Amino acid sequence: MIPELGHFALILALLLAVVQAAFPLAGSLSGNRPWMTMARPLAYGQLTLLAVAFAALTQAFLTSDFSVLYVAEHSNSLLPTIYKVSAVWGGHEGSLLLWVLMMAAWGAAVAAFSKNLPLTVVSRVISVQGMIAIGFLLFMLLTSNPFERIFPVPADGRDLNPLLQDPGLAIHPPMLYMGYVGFSVAFAFAVAALIGGRLDAAWARWSRPWTTVAWVFLTIGIMLGSWWAYYELGWGGWWFWDPVENASLMPWLVGTALIHSLAVTEKRAAFKSWTVLLAICAFSLSLLGTFLVRSGVLTSVHAFATDPSRGLFILIFLCIVVGGSLALYAWRAPEVSDGGRFSLLSRESALLGNNLIFVAFTVLVLFGTLAPLIYEAFNWGKISVGFPWFNKMFLALSPFLAVLIGIGPATRWKHDEPVRMLKTLWWALALSATVLVISALPVFSTNTLWVPVGLALAAWLFFAHVAIVYERLRNKGGLSRMGPAILADLRGGGRSFYGMVTAHVGVAMFIVGVTVLSNYQLEEDVRMAPGDSYELAGYRFEFLGAQQVPGPNYMAQRGAFNVYRGERRVTQLFPEKRAYMGGGMPMTEAAIDPGLFRDIYVSLGEAVGNGGDWALRLYYKPFVRWIWLGAILMALGGALAVSDPRYRLAGARARKSAADTAAVTA
Amino acid sequence: MSPLIRPLLFAALLAVTAAAPAYTLEEFKFDSPAQEQEFRALIAKLRCLVCQNESLAGSQAELAQDLRNEVYRMLRAGQSEDEILDFLVARYGDFVLYDPPLKPSTYVLWFGPFVIIGVAAFFMVRSVLRRKPTGDDAMSDAERERLRTLLDTDADIRAGEPSPPTPKQSI
Repeated sequence: MIPELGHFALILALLLAVVQAAFPLAGSLSGNRPWMTMARPLAYGQLTLLAVAFAALTQAFLTSDFSVLYVAEHSNSLLPTIYKVSAVWGGHEGSLLLWVLMMAAWGAAVAAFSKNLPLTVVSRVISVQGMIAIGFLLFMLLTSNPFERIFPVPADGRDLNPLLQDPGLAIHPPMLYMGYVGFSVAFAFAVAALIGGRLDAAWARWSRPWTTVAWVFLTIGIMLGSWWAYYELGWGGWWFWDPVENASLMPWLVGTALIHSLAVTEKRAAFKSWTVLLAICAFSLSLLGTFLVRSGVLTSVHAFATDPSRGLFILIFLCIVVGGSLALYAWRAPEVSDGGRFSLLSRESALLGNNLIFVAFTVLVLFGTLAPLIYEAFNWGKISVGFPWFNKMFLALSPFLAVLIGIGPATRWKHDEPVRMLKTLWWALALSATVLVISALPVFSTNTLWVPVGLALAAWLFFAHVAIVYERLRNKGGLSRMGPAILADLRGGGRSFYGMVTAHVGVAMFIVGVTVLSNYQLEEDVRMAPGDSYELAGYRFEFLGAQQVPGPNYMAQRGAFNVYRGERRVTQLFPEKRAYMGGGMPMTEAAIDPGLFRDIYVSLGEAVGNGGDWALRLYYKPFVRWIWLGAILMALGGALAVSDPRYRLAGARARKSAADTAAVTA
Repeated sequence: MSPLIRPLLFAALLAVTAAAPAYTLEEFKFDSPAQEQEFRALIAKLRCLVCQNESLAGSQAELAQDLRNEVYRMLRAGQSEDEILDFLVARYGDFVLYDPPLKPSTYVLWFGPFVIIGVAAFFMVRSVLRRKPTGDDAMSDAERERLRTLLDTDADIRAGEPSPPTPKQSI
């Protein structure tokens, strides 16, 4: 009964989405105020209905209702409760439901936190979101209904894919989707502005916090995915250039370009039509990502979520959304004046450079992901495009970006003087040159030039931002008491500035992590008998043997290791090899001793021979945490920027003024 | 877990463990550390043909195991890296190379993106630098007014003063 209720809620949500797409927009065009005021209640209604549907599906999982096909395929009565909940989005249908629920949540958030926006804008934004919701709800109801029943009812479910039975993956998809779907808000703002024919600084100010929040979620989502792949897949890698990873990286790259270009539009009223195009691209790439993941056109480690038959629907939907919005853009954008002259050395130029590089990155990822398909389509033979290609391409462009990130924030809007900049940045330049020279010394036995270059670039980023903060405080006259001055700045309008600094320092940290890890990590495949020891990177791994250990829904072989450094025991590690009752490939649970400067990582391969010998992989991973810490800093920076009072107070003030106006008219 | 399932599970686990090939690379014996290095570098460059996005070095699939043995055998037989690669490409096509070499058939792969980037950059810069023919003043008066109101808001916040009501914006 409850699944039918959920199904019914989905159908109602579709009907409501049609109303939401049509009336507020029509009202905004014809000046019909009652129709426009429907926008907010419709957004709340949409959220309520989808929350009911989502609750119904969750209930089916919690009660192990295997008469629902989706539950039977993705759950099992032995599954621990937390994974019964995360299994709701463990497959195609449920993840779509999560997607539309989140989109409705973003829509409701826009409705709730947009009191300072003109009603026409709000109604258009919510209408555009309704249109996207129609597409997704139709897709669900026509091709992938999560509430479909089966008969006869199976005695037990097929179990959740063991790879997904993990806390990291329980929260990775919701974060990622929050990001993907969040760009729909930026998209809706852009399309609404195009419909209205008004693209101005105010538009950028409104859509900027929403875009940044979406970007923060996407950053965290990608970071969680990378971290999960690192410890769960058992090969100790943090990024595989897998098509599905690329699918999430592309919206992130364009989104990063977008939040920078929005800054120009807000502050200088320039780059306007370009910013709108980026907003359209960011969401289109999110949709393309969904298409690539769901349609199965690409081979990927994420194959658990594929279904070729559904590809066509998403492809058509994609064409309508992308084609429609680009057509609207082509129609409206030429009318937009793009203002603000700027000289070659200016903040605008630096941000233009940022946009160029991020667009280039996106082209690389898109091209690399699709190249095997292109080659096949043109009968040019089958090729493999994997990490060697992507790494080379990205390494060719990244240094330019790193140099630019240090210069950009130090430049002034419109025009700057090289001498003035040199005065600010000379010592950062000197320090990074020192790092370059020192790390190239033979003592560190670096066999590639990338190590000194990478470290010097990271040092440049870090010190340049210290210099920029110093400069800002000096201009404010707070140099004598640095700490209180920063705090005062944070209470005032400085949060977006410090957010930017935090995010950029995160980039520096990320660069250090990638540089050190890829040049100094060690990996060894060994065969060990119980009692054997093996030395790697100054650590001695003592293998104590493996034992059978039962888990709630699996049987594990658990190895035991003592890890010594010299005579001191550093840690004990218990890697596992699990065979899940649901069948399928055995899963590797790596054992990791994490640290700020190095991870020790052991994963079990296979039992060899009959004497209790095991084939094992031992890894030494220096600075690997810096990669994710860098990403966390980037996300924190974004969050700090959004909390800038100018976004909230502008709203509060407008509310107040609206109330005043209302009082006067009354 | 029911007592009935446990022995079944154990049997299944044993079957899986027994069927899976031992993947450790230590089984391979080399004449010199240099040869071992060469072998490792070589299998990292080759793709596991049946896997999804894995190199021959990382894969535990049976075919990868066979192919590794093949590479090992050829290397021990004194064949050079190029000879081995040529042999594998002749047998499996370029698909086997994880790092596609630069040759006419891969020009599109290596240079294609830069052509697209060049075209995109051209349009982007043009779009950003494009001006309306109506002189330098790209911001309309209304826009300037709106921007001023917004920027004033900033100034007020910084000054921490109570702010005067903003004139209601009309769209």
